[in-house]
Amino acid sequence: MNISKIRQDFPILNKKVRGKSYVYFDNGATSQTPKSVIDRMSYYYENENANVHRGVHYLSQIATDAMEAARERIRKYINASSIEEVIFTKGTTESINLVAHSFGKAFIGEGDEIIVSEMEHHANIVPWQMMCEERGAILKVAKINDDGSLNIDSFKSLLNSNVKLIAIAHTSNVMGIINPIEELIEIAHNENIPILIDGAQAVPHTKVDVQDLDCDFYVFSAHKMYGPMGVGILFGKKEYLEKMPPYQSGGEMIKDVSFEKTTFNELPFKFEAGTPMVADIIGLAEAIDYLEDIGLDKIQDYEHKLLEYGTKKLLEIEELRIIGTNENKASVISFIIDGIHHYDAGSLLDQMGVAVRTGNHCAQPLMKRMNINGTIRASFAFYNTYEEIDILVSAVKKVKEMLL
Amino acid sequence: MTITEQKQELVEEFEMFDDWMDRYNYIIEMGKDLDGMPEELKTKQYLISGCQSQVWLTAKYNDGIINFQADSDAIITKGIVQLLLKVVEGRTPKELVEEDFSFLDKIGLKEHLSPTRSNGLTSMIKQIKLYALVFKTKEEQSDYKN
Repeated sequence: MNISKIRQDFPILNKKVRGKSYVYFDNGATSQTPKSVIDRMSYYYENENANVHRGVHYLSQIATDAMEAARERIRKYINASSIEEVIFTKGTTESINLVAHSFGKAFIGEGDEIIVSEMEHHANIVPWQMMCEERGAILKVAKINDDGSLNIDSFKSLLNSNVKLIAIAHTSNVMGIINPIEELIEIAHNENIPILIDGAQAVPHTKVDVQDLDCDFYVFSAHKMYGPMGVGILFGKKEYLEKMPPYQSGGEMIKDVSFEKTTFNELPFKFEAGTPMVADIIGLAEAIDYLEDIGLDKIQDYEHKLLEYGTKKLLEIEELRIIGTNENKASVISFIIDGIHHYDAGSLLDQMGVAVRTGNHCAQPLMKRMNINGTIRASFAFYNTYEEIDILVSAVKKVKEMLL
Repeated sequence: MTITEQKQELVEEFEMFDDWMDRYNYIIEMGKDLDGMPEELKTKQYLISGCQSQVWLTAKYNDGIINFQADSDAIITKGIVQLLLKVVEGRTPKELVEEDFSFLDKIGLKEHLSPTRSNGLTSMIKQIKLYALVFKTKEEQSDYKN
């Protein structure tokens, strides 16, 4: 992997901020987009753009072919057994909302239970909370250990015949900790409970095989895996998607419409109301091509080395404590510095040319559990370098000098 | 010092700073050195929270002017809060209702005051103006000034 060559693929990485180079360590919030993805989307608008699925003219056919080819590309990438199981949404949040709404309507009633964990992002908590309120169901929370990992005993203890769905992160957005989802899926299925995996923070770092995992739902966003904002995926097993009522309605998702009765389209279109974000969908497929050209194994390997180096260097700083110390992690480091407020640190780091994210990272229950009010989070991508980590570390030292 | 003179003094002070580090060091000093608010007052009632840092604000009407107390859990926010207080403390409701706070742009702290920052400062400015409006309205309605 030639990192300096890879960095050339990302125009924004060469941009000067306030006249100097900028270190982008906020990949957990969104990743940067390679030129090939930007160009492919521009090409679509310049050469292929038309509304899809229902047209009879040449351009509409081209656009439809491009979109459905992208869907097949994505199906292949995650190894879903059919394209009927690959639904396009706006992103992870919408994917979860869709399941909460539709799975809720089909399967959840009074007294039923939904399980989430203490480490979840609000997107994997609030839709369930709201659905439970509406349907008279109860939200239960699996605990985590002090090192940030999921407490498997706590998880197991919550399983009973009232539990109708489990929703768990593949990888924690705050701590980078990777949950043992294969094990969790097996445990859930032993009790005949379906399980949804929030893969938003996992897919930038690893390839996912949904048949291998045998998860019932898997959700993620394009923009965190080097694709455009505005598109994401809901993978769902056909047996569930077929029984779930539509989420949004309108055009595209119908078969026949009359004021007496309207019937719905088949999968996957049943869940895709309105004109799709065709360019963005094609962009996601292009991002997958880009990643596979480099090789996810190589990416994972390098990112792991960055993580090790970053962890080692940061821990040399006194008063610095890492949140989420379990070893099984993606390249994310959340830390706090005793006596320093994360807002102050983040503001000064920004002035010094380093972009990190600070605060509760849309995970307030996790902050409460860890007894903190926020962290400073550095999240690495395969276009980051050891030198950039050195810059972060000396910037953190300077922050300490200025504030303590 | 009038409110205009106070604002001018602040802008001139900040013009002396060559780079961001000097500016920030000054704000950090203000944040560290000045007393904010007594702990007992840092309650939910006076909390104007952002999601990045928290800000507390109290306002009391006293014989035609408003006395404020403010604090924050982040030093930079606290420093900027103290700067703001230099300008608004002891002013009449009318002055504060008419104040547009544009002097903050000239100080080069615009990034901290953008609504998206959610560090509590934008909300605090809104709250100051709200207090001013309430006290001004009360003044106009009755013999409030005694």
